Amino acid sequence: MVNPRHIFDEEIRRLRTDLLRMGTLAREAVDKSIKALVNRDSSLAEEVIVGDDIIDKMDLDIEMKCMELIARQQPMARDLRVIGTILKTITDLERIADHAVDIAKIVKILADQPPLKPFIDIPKMCEISLSMLDDALKAFVNEDTELARKMCERDDLVDALYDQVFRELLTYMMEDPKAVVRALYLIFIARFLERVADHATNVGERVVYMITGVLKELNV
Amino acid sequence: MNNKLKIKISVRNLNIYYGKFLAIKNITLDIPERSITAVIGPSGCGKSTFLRALNRMNELLPDVKTEGEVSIDGRNIYSPDVDLVKLRRNVGMVFQRPNPFPKSIFENVAFGLRIQGIRDRERIEETVELSLRRAALWDEVKDKLYKSALELSGGQQQRLCIARALAVQPQVILMDEPASALDPIATLRIEDLMRELKEEYTIVIVTHNMQQAARVSDFTAFFLTDEDRAGMLIEYGNTSDIFTMPKDPRTEGYITGRYG
Ligand SMILES: Nc1ncnc2c1ncn2[C@@H]1O[C@H](COP(=O)(O)OP(=O)(O)OP(=O)(O)O)[C@@H](O)[C@H]1O
Ligand SMILES: [Mg+2]
Repeated sequence: MVNPRHIFDEEIRRLRTDLLRMGTLAREAVDKSIKALVNRDSSLAEEVIVGDDIIDKMDLDIEMKCMELIARQQPMARDLRVIGTILKTITDLERIADHAVDIAKIVKILADQPPLKPFIDIPKMCEISLSMLDDALKAFVNEDTELARKMCERDDLVDALYDQVFRELLTYMMEDPKAVVRALYLIFIARFLERVADHATNVGERVVYMITGVLKELNV
Repeated sequence: MNNKLKIKISVRNLNIYYGKFLAIKNITLDIPERSITAVIGPSGCGKSTFLRALNRMNELLPDVKTEGEVSIDGRNIYSPDVDLVKLRRNVGMVFQRPNPFPKSIFENVAFGLRIQGIRDRERIEETVELSLRRAALWDEVKDKLYKSALELSGGQQQRLCIARALAVQPQVILMDEPASALDPIATLRIEDLMRELKEEYTIVIVTHNMQQAARVSDFTAFFLTDEDRAGMLIEYGNTSDIFTMPKDPRTEGYITGRYG
């Protein structure tokens, strides 16, 4: 028997693909912003800033499509949870991309100033945060609650690194007043990465909700 | 389910046969008082049969056999000493197809009162008006109360039948697709009415309209037929759970429109 919901299923499939595309763009934006920081590459930073328009547009498009599906198809049960998850997740992805822009803007400012210190922990924070986001998106595609739960646990690592970066940069500031502005900007960047990990955690929580129907915080 | 609620209707191992055909099989569930319970499921899964079992309406059909127990307020309505007239007054019914009597609008609503031997003209008029108002029909018929009920539109006839059921002040109201002939606004009015009525009554509604079940009911029972076409209870629970996270994949399949 033909699935009487095949057109709706097709729309959901398309939405899921759109969400993944948006997720990929958001993770690339963060990745590029930190590469731009490390390589003092202002033009790459500019690319991140300009590219954000596409992500903002995807956010609105996906939201409108979800609203239309709710209005016209009256999704229930799992369908409803999938659409609810997509609606919430695009907000997290949009924020992640915004943080990439925040970082890129700082990169452009820092480009005119001498480097403060070699980057070690900030790229590490970036790597872990993005691995969390990658796993959250993978968990969404493969409907893998285990992966979603595990990735959320890594939020603690990012938090710990943030504390470390913060303390270290604080010492720089106390030792040398001329370092204050640069150190502050780097603290902001670490803070933005810490937020990226939080948003990735939100995505993981939504994925678990989508699959199980149980909504709870996975890392408090 | 919330076990603090008082149970109004308790169904135990209910089987109903039409001749040799087993139409519903081993249904066991408790319906809480002063709440709305929706019964959903595909056509032919025994929803109407189940509903009619709650006031022994099936017995009006030829060759029906009922096994098991249905208790209302703890009393088995299938025990031999039950007064059927009283039972059906207590458990009113609104049918899938509106079935007004070929009499005036007024007489349709007054009918149950007259059967009860009520003669007080004023009291009858009051009750008729109140019932028509509660069924959201009063404004449309107040100027033609003595015209034939058969001149009303389908949706108006359905609301008339609801008014007729309300007039005798039952404790339980069974509604079989009460909104299938109504326009969307009248449908919402009936749903509003149901919510108001559940303050005093226990309501069981059969509906094909899932959104309606989701909007109006507190509890939802999902029926499905087995390979012998006998209707079974698949899942029963809080409406909000059934429509956001059903436990049984068959319920999921049905309410997301992928059953079959
Ligand atoms: N009077 C009857 N005599 C014989 N079989 C009947 C009778 N009424 C119903 N049935 C059969 O019993 C089964 C259940 O019927 P019922 O009317 O209870 O289903 P339903 O769930 O209310 O369907 P619908 O949604 O179409 O109203 C069906 O297979 C039907 O054909
Ligand atoms: Mg029926």
